Amino acid sequence: MRRVAIVGVGMSKFGELWDKSLRDIIAEAGLMALEDANMESKDIQALYGATMASGELIGQEHVAPLIADQMGFKNIPATRVENACASGGTALREAYLAVASGAFDIVAVGGVEKMTDVSTSLATTALGGAGDQEWELFQGATFPALYALMARRHMYEFGTTEEQMAMVAVKNHENAYKNKFAQFHNLITVDDVLNSKLVADPLKILDCSPITDGAAVAILAPVEIAKKYNDAPVEIIASAQASDRIALHDRENLTSLKATQIAAKEAYKQAKLEPNDIQVCEVHDCFTIAEILAIEDLGFFKKGEGGKATEDGQTKIGGKVAINTSGGLKGCGHPVGATGIKQAVEITWQLRGEAEGRNTNAEIGMTHNVGGSGATAVVHIFKRV
Amino acid sequence: MESDGLALKWRRIPNRYRLLGSHCENCGANFFPPRKICPNCGRKTKMVEKTFSGYGKIYSFTVVRTPTEEHKENAPYILAIVQLDEGPKLTAQIIKDNNKEIKIGSRVKLAFRRITEDGKEGLIHYGYKFQVIK
Repeated sequence: MRRVAIVGVGMSKFGELWDKSLRDIIAEAGLMALEDANMESKDIQALYGATMASGELIGQEHVAPLIADQMGFKNIPATRVENACASGGTALREAYLAVASGAFDIVAVGGVEKMTDVSTSLATTALGGAGDQEWELFQGATFPALYALMARRHMYEFGTTEEQMAMVAVKNHENAYKNKFAQFHNLITVDDVLNSKLVADPLKILDCSPITDGAAVAILAPVEIAKKYNDAPVEIIASAQASDRIALHDRENLTSLKATQIAAKEAYKQAKLEPNDIQVCEVHDCFTIAEILAIEDLGFFKKGEGGKATEDGQTKIGGKVAINTSGGLKGCGHPVGATGIKQAVEITWQLRGEAEGRNTNAEIGMTHNVGGSGATAVVHIFKRV
Repeated sequence: MESDGLALKWRRIPNRYRLLGSHCENCGANFFPPRKICPNCGRKTKMVEKTFSGYGKIYSFTVVRTPTEEHKENAPYILAIVQLDEGPKLTAQIIKDNNKEIKIGSRVKLAFRRITEDGKEGLIHYGYKFQVIK
């Protein structure tokens, strides 16, 4: 296997982009990535495109060739990757494997979701498809409900509080405030979260990531030629993925995501690193409880201590490990198919020192992307070449 | 709304009306919802049908206030993961009863109820909910 680096990244503004279509935002992100890599469209040899629910949200399937078409990537193999909310991270891994294997030299990976063209309840229904349609959704489950079931159990087993969960949202809005691409630029307080509307008890609306339009693109090349395209390439030093039972009720417990634990263990092994070596990490905070589970399952904090660690400020910029400097899914937004790629874009900027106003001076970074209620987890580790 | 996808729901009637799940004779494990292949045994699976007693306890619960399109009429409703006495866990609604406290560990029993309907003139889909017994 060859060593692989990211040589170009780009993303669109995340938010409610009513004046833009799916093809507009992916083209915007793609152009930025091409400029970053100092490349022409014709240099790209293959494309992996990630979207979760474009069929349900805008009636458009077959999105990978559409992206290639809009980007001027003429006649190259273009493949859609769908793994629910982990579509982006999974597509990044497929692109990584395509370059590592030697099949291609220059591969683009793009993630996009256009979510605000439908009502919130239709978007909720579309996202529900990431769960078990026959045995969860039929019974009345929604995604906030599934994570609420995890939250209730984490509170019961470890004494995690609603205030600690609220602090995840407060921190991620603080980080998003410094990110010009983020959906939210408003600072919030713990009381704001606690007093916001209940969605699925104990989760309130400000515990939930929003409905977002957005796109993100990365361009990968072998490390040996990476500097030809970019002065500061970022190497992918680990890429790992795991799956688990599709329905939440079939998992061994509700207080950890086993797929995250397995993918993380494999990633640390590949990179020959330990959790303490990670300085900055974009985790999958689709709900505030999800960030608490993630920082435990990735090994940064002991099981059950994620809430306390958040309360103590250990996940802020300048803390033990900076979590979700982009604002995360909560603050930056969660255009589902784009999220996994956006995480890699943020870590690339962090390792290059280009995360304006929120730099961590980190040398090692990580991304963690989850599908559904945890049936897929993808973990990548990055290092500046 | 017309009842398209009729077979999708019709074929699950035995499972949803009387908790018909499965049991692996090779390892002794019980499953609900039913499965064809035992995750413990793989190709050595010896699956037979098993009807569950319908008794269990609440493992976790929430109140859904922002439902999907199909469940709009019923909101807000209590949704739980129930652990059956025979082992498996499942997702189901808990019937509201102001006299009974709902908490993790509450004893529950099976109740046959309407789950959703395809509009005013469409099919009504029935299935399992649970009620707190003490």
